[in-house]
Amino acid sequence: MLGLYRKFKEGLSKTTSRLFGSIGGLFGGGELDADSVDSLEEALYGADFGVQTTEEIIGEIQEAFRREKELRARDASAIGGTVLRRVLKGSEAELLPAASPPTVVILLGVNGSGKTTTAAKIGYRLQEEGSSVLIAACDTFRAAANEQLKTWCERLDLELISSQHGADAAAVAFDAWQAARSRGKDYLLIDTAGRLHNKANLMRELAKIRRVLQKHEPGAPHHAILVADGSLGSNSIEQARVFHREFGLTGVAVTKLDGTSRGGALVGIYRELGLPVYFLGLGERAEDLQPFSVDNYVNAIFPAEPAEAESRG
Amino acid sequence: MFESLTDKLSNTLRNLRGGGRLTEDNMAEALKEVRTALLSADVHFKVVRDFIDRVKAECTGQEVLKSVSPGQQVVKIINDELTRLLGEGANELAAKRPLKIMLVGLHGSGKTTSTAKLGLFLGKKEYTPLLVGCDIHRPAAIDQLETLAQQESLAFYSDRSARDVSRIGKDALKQAKQRNADAILFDTAGRLQIDEELIEEIKKLRAEVQPDEVLLVADSALGQEAVNVARHFHDAVQLTGIVMTKLDGDARGGAALSMKAITGVPIKFAGTGEKPGDFETFHPDRMASRILGMGDVVSLVEKAQESIDQDEAEKMAEKMRKADFNLEDFLTQIRQVKKLGSMESIMGMLPGMSGVKIGDKETSRFARTEAIILSMTPRERQNPNLLNGSRRMRIAKGSGTRVSDVNQLLKQFTQMRKMMKSMKGKKGKKMMRSLQAQMGEGKGMPNLPGMR
Repeated sequence: MLGLYRKFKEGLSKTTSRLFGSIGGLFGGGELDADSVDSLEEALYGADFGVQTTEEIIGEIQEAFRREKELRARDASAIGGTVLRRVLKGSEAELLPAASPPTVVILLGVNGSGKTTTAAKIGYRLQEEGSSVLIAACDTFRAAANEQLKTWCERLDLELISSQHGADAAAVAFDAWQAARSRGKDYLLIDTAGRLHNKANLMRELAKIRRVLQKHEPGAPHHAILVADGSLGSNSIEQARVFHREFGLTGVAVTKLDGTSRGGALVGIYRELGLPVYFLGLGERAEDLQPFSVDNYVNAIFPAEPAEAESRG
Repeated sequence: MFESLTDKLSNTLRNLRGGGRLTEDNMAEALKEVRTALLSADVHFKVVRDFIDRVKAECTGQEVLKSVSPGQQVVKIINDELTRLLGEGANELAAKRPLKIMLVGLHGSGKTTSTAKLGLFLGKKEYTPLLVGCDIHRPAAIDQLETLAQQESLAFYSDRSARDVSRIGKDALKQAKQRNADAILFDTAGRLQIDEELIEEIKKLRAEVQPDEVLLVADSALGQEAVNVARHFHDAVQLTGIVMTKLDGDARGGAALSMKAITGVPIKFAGTGEKPGDFETFHPDRMASRILGMGDVVSLVEKAQESIDQDEAEKMAEKMRKADFNLEDFLTQIRQVKKLGSMESIMGMLPGMSGVKIGDKETSRFARTEAIILSMTPRERQNPNLLNGSRRMRIAKGSGTRVSDVNQLLKQFTQMRKMMKSMKGKKGKKMMRSLQAQMGEGKGMPNLPGMR
């Protein structure tokens, strides 16, 4: 477990320092002037933090700046980090096992957010940690979704309950739970079809999956994860809001952060809805799905020298 | 719950009176509101800055009109400017035969689906499309395209054993000749704009097939990243157009403005749903209203027009005019309203309104009314006066409702008919005219075409 943590830390810091380097670069050693506040604002908007979060962080930095005229620029970075860390406090989610196996994990999201890929990657991670996993292909709508998951499962040596195109997703989930139980699996991962959150009929189909699972196990699904595309903007918050209201989420996974996207919408999702973050998708390989760490995320965005920041209080 | 931009601007400009002038000073607060509106629609911050400067220049010095509020006036200026910017450039596909089109974009933006949709779209325009699967990276992507092609009876070509995409492209062109296809659509793999190896792959494909159109497929919910995506793809493969996808969602779609403003590449198409037919040419005016958070009202009206059978509607209007309206007609009407979809899905088309929960109750009431009418004999439907106590009892049993439900429906129906009768005379005509006058003076939204 410890080895895994180290691997994650290396992975994230390597990737994110490259990603977020541009923001850190704003804080040289000079004084914080109106221009650097401007560029800080730009950078925060540029990371998709959204209007509300950006304004709050800027507000706090400006207040500190007013209090102490001599504030060095890199202290502003530390203030930014402090504010962000406070905002994100408690936002790390874990795939804790349920009291009695299988622990049911369901992945939801809009079209193209990366649910199928994330399902395979989570399965791989759990299996690497020594748990047994069964994946259920409940995307019975998109053409060839089942084949996509099947290819992943063959690659990663994961067990799969496949489905027919057009089959009833809830029925597949029902059968998959039984299979997971009888095969003594620790985790059941359910991949669902992508759906836009404003389609009421498709959202009702999800409710049916939940109802059917609860016939087996009243506590299922134990983890309901919204898979959100990290390159999307503020609409991710609306997506999370509606999925949460219609289905009840336990957290999110933010994918596709290996580009130059910064996934700042996760901050908005946590602030507004209190939904924590399970994973960040930092690349295409199976091991690139990493557990979310507030410290690493904040440090990546506001790379501060902690000693100096503390001494200046 | 959700204040429109017009309201906000009216508020910030409330001190202005007709005859005054818009100046930089009295506009400052209003422009801040516009900035927030654009930023929360995910327009890139640099694009927002430029846009605000331009609007400022446009507004400054203009006389405040007496007929509309300053807020409305400013919204109109912004809306017009936005529409102009979004609509600039050639929005049509190159008029060529054969027409070669390459689709590129990020993962999950909707390339494969858009390829099939565009194929169907061109098929309707008398082209013979060939869909070519060039995504050799995502598992089963080629299967997905083949399945979609089969569903729509479109020709399909790919080579699953090929490791070189430009080989597939070259062979596809030969295939197209053999099969007399004159619109060849290349679906490529999703890739990050900074993944050099994969970008090299589409550059090679572009060089091999010499496409007439290179379309960037972009999710309308894209955030600030949209600018980097569009710029990099444009640098690599010289885009000729953009396809905005998932516009049936409720994202405000600021990405469209960002990409257009930064690259100048025209936006050509919009994906508006999961079905292959849900694909249309791009409407800048609708996109502008959407980005400003005013809702895509025109699409809503169009949806209503599509769902309601024009002939039926005219027949109904005639019947209403003559007050010759029976329960059979009532049933037809209910069914037309049902076809529009649940109230929820309609409200969902308005930004910020997807949270509104209505509809289930209404929908079940429609279903009950339908059941009651369907439990009547045709004679009873045409002549509701026949319905005595025992008939009503039978209908309630047959439809699984109570007699009181049947009574309520009949009462409603009688009232409706009474109202129609009263519209027949002179008094009715007067009423209609005043109604029309009210509708004609729709307030609030500037420049709304097509509302009839």
